Amino acid sequence: MNSFGILVILLLYLGFLFLVAQWAEKKENSKWTNNSYIYTLSLAVYCTTWTYYGSIGVAANSGLNYIPIYLGPVLIFPAWIVILKKIIRISRVNKISSIADFISLRYGNSRFLGATVTLISIAAILPYIGLQLKAITETFHIITKTENNSDVFSDTSTYVALILAVFASFYGTRYVDASEKRKGIVTAVALESAIKLFFFLILGVYVTYFVFDGFDDIYQKASVLKGFHEKNTIHGLEGGMNWLMFCVLSLFAIFLLPRQFHMAVVENNRERHVRTAIWLFPLYLLLFNIFVYPIAWGGNILFDGKGFNPDMFSLLIPQFFNNHFMTLLVFLGGFSAAISMIVVSSISLSTMLSNNLLIPYGFLGSFQTESQNTNSDRIVKIRRIGIFSLIILAYFFYRNFLLNHSIVSVGMISFVIIAQLGPAFFGAIFWKRGALKGVLAGIAIGMFVCFFTLMLPNFWSSINPNNTFYADGYFGIALLKPFQLFGLNYLEPVPHALFWSLLFNTTLYLTFSVSFKGNYRERNYAEIYVDIDRYINHHENAFVWKGTAYIKDIEKVLVRFLGVERTARALKIFNLKYNINKDNTMADARLIKFAENLLTGHIGTASAKILIEGVTKEDKISLPEVLQILEESKENIIVNKKLMETSKELKEMSNQLKTANASLMIKDQQKDEFLDTVTHELRTPITAIRAASEILHDDDDIPEELKKQFLQNIISESDRLNRLIDKILDLEKFETGKQKIYWSEGNLIATIKKAFDPLYQLISNKNIVFTFANENETLYCSYDEERIIQVVTNLVSNAIKFCDAHHGTISISVTPTAENVSVAVANNGAKINAEELETIFDKFYQSQNQNSIKPIGSGLGLAISKQIIEMHHGKIWAHNQETQGVIFTFTIPIKTTILS
Amino acid sequence: MRKILIVDDEPNIVMSLEYTFKKNNFEVFIARDGKEALEILQVEVPNVIILDIMMPNVDGYATIEYIKKDSKLKECKVIFLSAKNKESDIEKGMNLGADAYMTKPFSIKKLVEQVTDFFD
Repeated sequence: MNSFGILVILLLYLGFLFLVAQWAEKKENSKWTNNSYIYTLSLAVYCTTWTYYGSIGVAANSGLNYIPIYLGPVLIFPAWIVILKKIIRISRVNKISSIADFISLRYGNSRFLGATVTLISIAAILPYIGLQLKAITETFHIITKTENNSDVFSDTSTYVALILAVFASFYGTRYVDASEKRKGIVTAVALESAIKLFFFLILGVYVTYFVFDGFDDIYQKASVLKGFHEKNTIHGLEGGMNWLMFCVLSLFAIFLLPRQFHMAVVENNRERHVRTAIWLFPLYLLLFNIFVYPIAWGGNILFDGKGFNPDMFSLLIPQFFNNHFMTLLVFLGGFSAAISMIVVSSISLSTMLSNNLLIPYGFLGSFQTESQNTNSDRIVKIRRIGIFSLIILAYFFYRNFLLNHSIVSVGMISFVIIAQLGPAFFGAIFWKRGALKGVLAGIAIGMFVCFFTLMLPNFWSSINPNNTFYADGYFGIALLKPFQLFGLNYLEPVPHALFWSLLFNTTLYLTFSVSFKGNYRERNYAEIYVDIDRYINHHENAFVWKGTAYIKDIEKVLVRFLGVERTARALKIFNLKYNINKDNTMADARLIKFAENLLTGHIGTASAKILIEGVTKEDKISLPEVLQILEESKENIIVNKKLMETSKELKEMSNQLKTANASLMIKDQQKDEFLDTVTHELRTPITAIRAASEILHDDDDIPEELKKQFLQNIISESDRLNRLIDKILDLEKFETGKQKIYWSEGNLIATIKKAFDPLYQLISNKNIVFTFANENETLYCSYDEERIIQVVTNLVSNAIKFCDAHHGTISISVTPTAENVSVAVANNGAKINAEELETIFDKFYQSQNQNSIKPIGSGLGLAISKQIIEMHHGKIWAHNQETQGVIFTFTIPIKTTILS
Repeated sequence: MRKILIVDDEPNIVMSLEYTFKKNNFEVFIARDGKEALEILQVEVPNVIILDIMMPNVDGYATIEYIKKDSKLKECKVIFLSAKNKESDIEKGMNLGADAYMTKPFSIKKLVEQVTDFFD
């Protein structure tokens, strides 16, 4: 295949990925881009060309040794749900955007530590990126059957690297806030992960079942090759130790590699996605590893003795059989593996480079006077240039140092270096006493050991193969043999270096941490990190800070990076969250932490702290004081939470009380009015009685006839008084719910008759025409007979009182419907004013419109009737007839009505 | 002969008052609410008006306001006779220009004394 054709295909492929990323960016909330499978696949950025090509090389050269690199992550995965969730939470609340932020923030937000972690990461990952470029270049040369050109500028692979650098630098810097989610990149990486696995599986099936005749065939043919059995054993306890160290190595890598941290933590936007990852990711690794072995030994069989680079077997086998399509697929799969690693690594490295090294140590000063736009531009530019130069640097590193190294050997060194962050990292989330001095001492000694047991011997041997310190040890001291330090002679170089470096690293980390306690800020973050679950909702509360700060000053700093609008919005949210009065002028600890968080995504934790420190005046706090404040704040948070809940409840209750109070006020007023009216109504008959009695008592000359009249008045007023008392008590019983309704099935028609029978004499005395239309029917339903009699009596009495004085008519009619039965009592008296139709049911209401001869009544009858009907779940109302008269109607709901 | 107007909607109370003041040589006029009272006052100028407050149609408060506006009635003495016996009720009644305020139930003797006091 010619170079030009391949370049075009690569460009098309990159263009396609770019479009996918663009699409995903637009659809960032769709379920296609925002699901746990995309998250899991994006984690598979772990599988680089190391897996794609390198594992085959290892399997071909040394049998099963490729496995531990995948076994480590698989073994630790069940613990992910705990560890990773914790890391994700810590990072989310602190707006952490890289592993350098993560570690340095925990140890007192140390600028120096952040820079150290950044440098270590770059030292570890730059060669690793170089390795990916090497893989792309070499495979490019293989499929185009061209030779490596020693002139950089005429080597096509240089341009591939350039294109990649441009692609990554423009695509990785869409957001100024590095803690923002980059859905585009994540989706593109997930797609590449799917592609590389799919193509690799196709190759595996091709080699196993088409080139050979299944696993057995390969095994049989391979087993006759020289060294097969020796390569395919674990080599007893010593081999086991090697395996164990490799597992530890990969286990650290899955957490500590900047690209893994970036994908698993920074880009995580749903904690629950981790739950899918814990089974799907191991499955992904397993699938990837199924065919490593057959491809490797298939290659060994086919190319036995030809001296080909076994790393390239996956390309060489299809090429050997002239299967160009398969070759191209494999190449594209490998290319995918390489670019996803390059893009994600360079994004995470450049974030660290800008936020943890360049900005806090250089650019920060110039940010302080510029506007938000300028600052944002500058930050993006720093990162963009960072990504570009990292890739170009990696390329030159590869051209100058990596040409003769296998993929895995360089990758291993990277892993060992990055593993030096392990003690500090895991200590950060599990050990509150871990301290900055311990971290720095541990990392220093770890790197030192690494350098002398791994890097120096490796590179020295490539420059000067005839050195003696391998065999004799440094300075001729046998205990200092680089690969057999202190006489440890059964570990391979990489596990050996890992063992000693981690041992020294951890030991110093522990001893220094215990001996030199961290400062109050470290202790503060230790608390937040280790007990993150306790602070997750109000983490700003957990930040200990004492001093003087003005909100205005902090706002000014924020505006430089977030702009006026976003700053205002953020502060508004903050005030709402903590229920803070917006007129406050002084900032408290929570606002300091909140402001630092807002800046962190843009310029990193250390710079954020420096900027905020610049506008505030912090008082020194002693360590015991911090511990005390934390202890209090722990309680406070619990109390606060409870208080928030209680205050919410209180608010609800106070609202309820307000409503209750309002209705009580109305009730109270009504009660006052009621009492007024009651006393008035009671006093009236008493007044009449008293006056008449006084006259009878004092006046002896009173005519007999008049005397009788006065006595009669006394009797009737006494009766009136008694009736009134009865009705008041009645009403009181209904209103307080003491009056019960005694339901029984009965014939309503008969009940109505019972009610008006005693009144019949009065009706005929007044010459009133009375009709009851349903007199001969029966209508059974459920009601309290005594009470309904009371209602009908009241309505009929009223009708008698108010009907036409000379030609009075009263008619009663009963109408059943499906749901209820209605009883109407009509008279032909004066109409009632429209506005009074409802108020006549009020207590002591007597119409303003009644003729001036006061009818005898308590003013309570309708009020009581209303209570009775309402207790029957019915309604009562009055309406005027068209020409003359009023109809009072009440309804009672019925379940079964039989009208016959 | 002195004239007295009794305004009350309770017939039994009115009856006692009517008897008492007739016996005390008053010419007695009776109104069952404020409206009737004002009609009577169109043609008669009583020396004393006994006025209930809570009455249908036109109540005692409205009635006294009419009375106080009518210049030919300015010599009329007005006594409120009401079951409204709170301090505030009494104050309100006096502020409207009443000459006396008696609460129900009342002593006939005292009422007569009050009325005769006006003429001493």
